[in-house]
Amino acid sequence: MSSVTVSRIALTAALIVASVQPAFANQRRGGGKLLLTNGVSSVEGAAGGGLATWAVIAGNETEDGIGGTAHATYVALPDFDLSSAGAAIGVSDRIELSYAYQRFDTRAAGAALGLGRGFTFGQHIVGAKVKLIGDAVWAQDTPLPQIAAGVQYKIAERGAVVKAVGAAETRSADLYVAATKLWLAQGIVADATVRFTKANQLGLLGFGGPKGTDRTAQFEGSLAKMLTRTLVVGAEYRTEPDNLGFAEEDDSYDLFAAWAVHRNVSLTAAYVDLGDIATVRRQRGLFLSLQGGF
Amino acid sequence: MIAMLLFLGLQAATPAGEQPVAPYVQSDANAGATPFAGAGMWRAFHGQAGVDRIVDDLVARSVADPRISDIFKGQDLVRLRRTLKEQFCYILGGGCRYTGRTMRAAHTDMGVQQADMAALVENLQAAMRREHVGFGAQNRFLAKLAPMHRDVVKIRGPRPAE
Repeated sequence: MSSVTVSRIALTAALIVASVQPAFANQRRGGGKLLLTNGVSSVEGAAGGGLATWAVIAGNETEDGIGGTAHATYVALPDFDLSSAGAAIGVSDRIELSYAYQRFDTRAAGAALGLGRGFTFGQHIVGAKVKLIGDAVWAQDTPLPQIAAGVQYKIAERGAVVKAVGAAETRSADLYVAATKLWLAQGIVADATVRFTKANQLGLLGFGGPKGTDRTAQFEGSLAKMLTRTLVVGAEYRTEPDNLGFAEEDDSYDLFAAWAVHRNVSLTAAYVDLGDIATVRRQRGLFLSLQGGF
Repeated sequence: MIAMLLFLGLQAATPAGEQPVAPYVQSDANAGATPFAGAGMWRAFHGQAGVDRIVDDLVARSVADPRISDIFKGQDLVRLRRTLKEQFCYILGGGCRYTGRTMRAAHTDMGVQQADMAALVENLQAAMRREHVGFGAQNRFLAKLAPMHRDVVKIRGPRPAE
């Protein structure tokens, strides 16, 4: 090949690149999700409802950008407080990485349980989620939901106490598959998630126990209605494993309202029923969560 | 073949105030969505007058929107308004014919990103709110438009011949 031919090919290639580049620069940019279509921050830090993890990816980004959220959640129960704070980043609306720290304050019940008044449990949750297929929001002409798979690696603090109440382990990974769909014409958002887990009380009381040491398939789901562009109301249900011997673990549910105060701020309030926790009955209360995102 | 295309196209002279476009086959199927049955949606959008106001507002908002204004530079806004009004009227059951190009043909090599389409949807939502279209009717309409993202976002034309 002569140098003239080579330079001619190079010139042609350069011209083609130059001519198409402005339209296909594939410019990286933030933003681009419609309000509330990335859900809110679940108590475990992943994008979802309040109790359920969804298939949507955290942040306001599209396939062309990076987004993120930070949240603070407080659940006031009759005998306990549960709080959670964390952050998540979404990459190209495909991959989500999240972290949350949960704190469970036993208040006066701690003394009755022999732990001491105000004894607190805590855990770290490191999560990763990948969108596998589908588009919950834009693919309105197909019944296929958006499907994602994820892992949440949980590290319970207070290992000695957690073991003393019967937990087999103090750290474990939950694995889940989530399917989320917006039926825009009806204004309905639905999620169904299967979680393979051995977590006791989300993992705050460790993993596994006398009644079981293997992961079991548990369900969590949400059903919600968009009332306005900025307000969604709905309900959630979540089943839990029951591995510990000293107390039965109940399913939980909530009734929630999520409000997009601003493009970058959402507020979620819920009535939540976590059932009996560690033999203390009827833990129903108020769930409040504030999320900031970009 | 060319004669047939010209026959099928039945393209009259370029409408007043518009720039000519390359010949194409006209068809309601180019609208990219099937129309709603019945007159409910057409009423919800306040008929032709409502659709005209919504489209004019949508285009005005979009050309002034710093997120997407570049996309509209050099575009034939007279033709855009006319074909959008036809498309909305056709889909909403207003009985119009759609004479524009397919979504794919109209957006080829335009470099539209998903975030641009979301910005347009937000502008359309604002225009529909201003027209006092009910939230449910807005969403039923958007559900018809949303799948068009596959024919709008990052559509590349054939590579130029060597």
